[in-house]
Amino acid sequence: MSTLAVHDHGVVHHEEGHEHHHDTFITKYIFSQDHKMIAKQFLITGITMAVIAMTLSILFRIQLAYPDKAFPLLETLLGRFAPGGRLDPNFYLSLVTIHGTIMVFFVLTAGLSGTFSNLLIPLQVGARDMASPFMNMLSYWFFFLACVIMLSSFFVQKGPASGGWTVYPPLSALPKAMPGSEMGMTLWLASMICFVASSLMGGINYVSTVLNMRTKGMDLWKMPLTIWAFFLTAVLGVLSFPVLVAGVVLLIFDRSMGTSFYLSDIVLNGKVMPFEGGSPILFEHLFWFLGHPEVYIVIMPAMGISSEIMSVNSRKPIFGYHAMVYSLIGITVLSFIVWGHHMFVTGMNPFLGGVFMITTLIIAVPSAVKTFNWLATLWRGNIRFKPAMLFAIGMVSFFISGGLTGIFLGNAALDINLHDTYFVVAHFHLVMGSAAIFGMLAGVYHWFPKMFGRMMDEKLGFLHFWLTFIGAYLVFFPMHFMGLDGVPRRYYAFTEFESMKQWLSVNTFITWAAIMSALAQVAFLYNFITSIFWGKKATQNPWEANTLEWTTPVEHLHGNWPGEIPTVYRWPYDYSKPGAEHDYILQTTPLSETMSSNLPHDFEDNPIGLEEHTKWVNTHSNQEVK
Amino acid sequence: MGFKKFIKSKKILSLLAVFMLTGTNLLMAQTNPGLASPSQGAGNSTAAVADDKSAMWTGAGYYVLLFLLLCVVIAIVGKILKVYDLTRQIQGKKELNWNNLMAAICLVFLLFGLYGAYWSFTVQGSMTLPEAASAHGVKIDEMFTVTTVITMFVFFVTQILLFTFLFRYKHSDKRRAFFLPHNNTIEKIWTILPAMVLTILVVFGFFTWQEITNSADAKGERASLNIEVTGHQFAWELRYPGKDLKLGAVNYKLVTGSNLLGIDYKDRNSFDDLRADTMYLPVNRSVRLNIRAQDVIHSCYMPHFRVQLNAVPGLPTFFKFTPTITTADMRNRLNNPDFEYLLYCNKICGGIHYNMKKVVRVVTEAEYQQWIAKQKPYLTDALRKDLGMPVAAPAPAATPKDTTANKRLALNN
Repeated sequence: MSTLAVHDHGVVHHEEGHEHHHDTFITKYIFSQDHKMIAKQFLITGITMAVIAMTLSILFRIQLAYPDKAFPLLETLLGRFAPGGRLDPNFYLSLVTIHGTIMVFFVLTAGLSGTFSNLLIPLQVGARDMASPFMNMLSYWFFFLACVIMLSSFFVQKGPASGGWTVYPPLSALPKAMPGSEMGMTLWLASMICFVASSLMGGINYVSTVLNMRTKGMDLWKMPLTIWAFFLTAVLGVLSFPVLVAGVVLLIFDRSMGTSFYLSDIVLNGKVMPFEGGSPILFEHLFWFLGHPEVYIVIMPAMGISSEIMSVNSRKPIFGYHAMVYSLIGITVLSFIVWGHHMFVTGMNPFLGGVFMITTLIIAVPSAVKTFNWLATLWRGNIRFKPAMLFAIGMVSFFISGGLTGIFLGNAALDINLHDTYFVVAHFHLVMGSAAIFGMLAGVYHWFPKMFGRMMDEKLGFLHFWLTFIGAYLVFFPMHFMGLDGVPRRYYAFTEFESMKQWLSVNTFITWAAIMSALAQVAFLYNFITSIFWGKKATQNPWEANTLEWTTPVEHLHGNWPGEIPTVYRWPYDYSKPGAEHDYILQTTPLSETMSSNLPHDFEDNPIGLEEHTKWVNTHSNQEVK
Repeated sequence: MGFKKFIKSKKILSLLAVFMLTGTNLLMAQTNPGLASPSQGAGNSTAAVADDKSAMWTGAGYYVLLFLLLCVVIAIVGKILKVYDLTRQIQGKKELNWNNLMAAICLVFLLFGLYGAYWSFTVQGSMTLPEAASAHGVKIDEMFTVTTVITMFVFFVTQILLFTFLFRYKHSDKRRAFFLPHNNTIEKIWTILPAMVLTILVVFGFFTWQEITNSADAKGERASLNIEVTGHQFAWELRYPGKDLKLGAVNYKLVTGSNLLGIDYKDRNSFDDLRADTMYLPVNRSVRLNIRAQDVIHSCYMPHFRVQLNAVPGLPTFFKFTPTITTADMRNRLNNPDFEYLLYCNKICGGIHYNMKKVVRVVTEAEYQQWIAKQKPYLTDALRKDLGMPVAAPAPAATPKDTTANKRLALNN
């Protein structure tokens, strides 16, 4: 009955809406305030940036694999950055720096959170749009501006910033310390400020939408785990990103106004500098106060997305929903007090190191709980191998592999010898690089029908998954052992050290594995682009999922639902409920329509309902006895 | 009908592929002269350069073609699969079950992955650092082993479970998943168990860390040997104390061309400070490495001793450790006559970051005394002149004094 009413109302509303605003190309595709369009803008910008950053990584991988070989093509493409067809050592560091910066901030923060928070928060909590659509639009455009500024640094004379993505002063603060610390560094800082502005505007919007704009019946404990993850991620971002701005602003002062916040006792190229009284460690503290929550900003949305996708495709409720939420909350809180584990060997007071080590290893507990819960979700499931599901599984596998090595690095004593080696590179590329990008790709495959109204090709998805999954392991697994041999990261070549030459063949192997994984992304890009235009038309609920976004019509409309916003009656994970007609029950289905599958548990806060339920069960069982 | 359509599209696809292949060829062929001519026009090039360029473009074109070919092959395989699938359906057989295929690949991946991990552990694992050459390093290695055993156990168990579950519980239309929203007992177990294991690791690690970073010399223990290492772009400078075993004060404002470290000669301890090119360490004697940086952050990394600490400008740091295996001994153990302990930079510091190497030699006490006697002081004649000190007179006098001092030292020890 109710659905009928909604439908009628919807038609009327739709026509009204059409009369009111005439979407021009500019308001629809460029300065759009519709969260779905902004999500697509974030996604496509994010993918573009990811492809650029990936290309950069292939460039420096080639250098590592063939340190003695000249590639004339590189000189043609890069000019003075690759004289004689060999990368310049300073430009190599620029590549490493910009690869890291783009991947961490532009792809895995904005590309991941920006896309899916924007798309899913209003759709899954049942809101017509974000709390503040205009700010949402600004958020995208600041992000876009940040991208443009960051990439423009490739076109300045001395090249982009090259002090590593952590931009530790004094290297980044003294323009004479390396070519990349001149104009390139200025652009990096400007870009980062725009980025943080974008991320704050986005974050505030996500938090307020989740807190204030949930539809009727959608209490916090009925929200899908995706929303929990996006919400907590946004909280993390809002609380930690401003600290980065503080750090960056002080760095700008040191660079251009002669202050000494981070600088002291410096003799550069034989010239005594006037700086006195500052401390580079201060910057490290400020940077990692954001930097560590940042890695959780990157991984938590991937966790939420994977949880949702694994539940849908296992046709089984996520195991331990409450535990999953509490572990997310635990991670959120703890992530603010672990930043010092990046600084064990910086000369920070060793006692402080000890404390940070304790907090760091505590954070492994909620992570372990999540992993076990994912495994339990798969156990006795009915697993459909959709590309999205495969990527979610890949995310779990990477999270385990990379997470476990975190126990080594979080241990201050072990970190002495592992710090800044390839062990670290392997660790974070698995746990936050690969795992997060797999979460993002899982999300793209899963919600592509919602975004573009069409399906992606499954077989290409399978190909893409297996090549990328295997490739990522081939790239990062051997790196652990390089780290255990004391091979430092950010080395332009390992030719100067007799002891590191044994790794040359491994480096060549890694490079070819990386090239394979990079080429595998062509399968994705081809699939993504062609499916937007020529993909199979999607049905309303192609994955037979429970959440609200699948109750909206396939054709997008501003306001998401024609007519009334649906009311929510149950949690989002009623898959394969015994006694139910189908193996999924939409969140909008009232309990009164599913008497045969209701459980006493469904009426925890509802004594009247429970009474009804017991009555129904009694009569039902009586009938069966008769 | 749909079937016919696919056949058609296959044709179109192959046509397109052929078109692209020839097209790329043409494009490449055209690019060569096009690219060579402007450089000839500039007059600074010879035929050789043009040849190089064309070789370069053919090389790149070759790889692009290979990749395109691969794409075409994949597309054709895809189409064949589709056609095969559709013919099966037309014949009334079941369509291809991708779920089963993926589940099977998961299992294959697990088996290959396990073997690959095993191979990596044995082959690449044996390429890692040799045993720790310092007293505290042995403890670090012990803890490393314990952590490895625990984490690798978890690694193998969870990955095996993950992929076997995928295989075991693949989709079937006949079955419904088991509705299991939560189970408080098991959740408690797998919260508390990791917490307990981690507590053990934390306690173990915390005390080891405290021990390593404990900087005070123990009572009755011989005072640590002070050595200073200063990082700058892009080298390390070493300073050994002279007969007084004390390093003189340093002030960065005093740095000049002749006084590279900015040693303060108002401090009398500075006068006999020695300069060295290679870091010699006496075996089994506690060494206090005083670490400084002049320009940017460097990191003093000596992996064989499990020693690393950043060199931060404005924040002198130090690391205390005791080398236990001499270089000669290590060479024997590794059966590698060229083996050297190394100190290198492990914090990005600029373009030549990858080449900031210092050789470290651990020698016996006697060899160390011999070596240190030969080292030259930082206070050179040129520096004396700069500082306005008498030049000629003390220089010859200092040498015999130094030797006697060393002899006395050797006797005392």
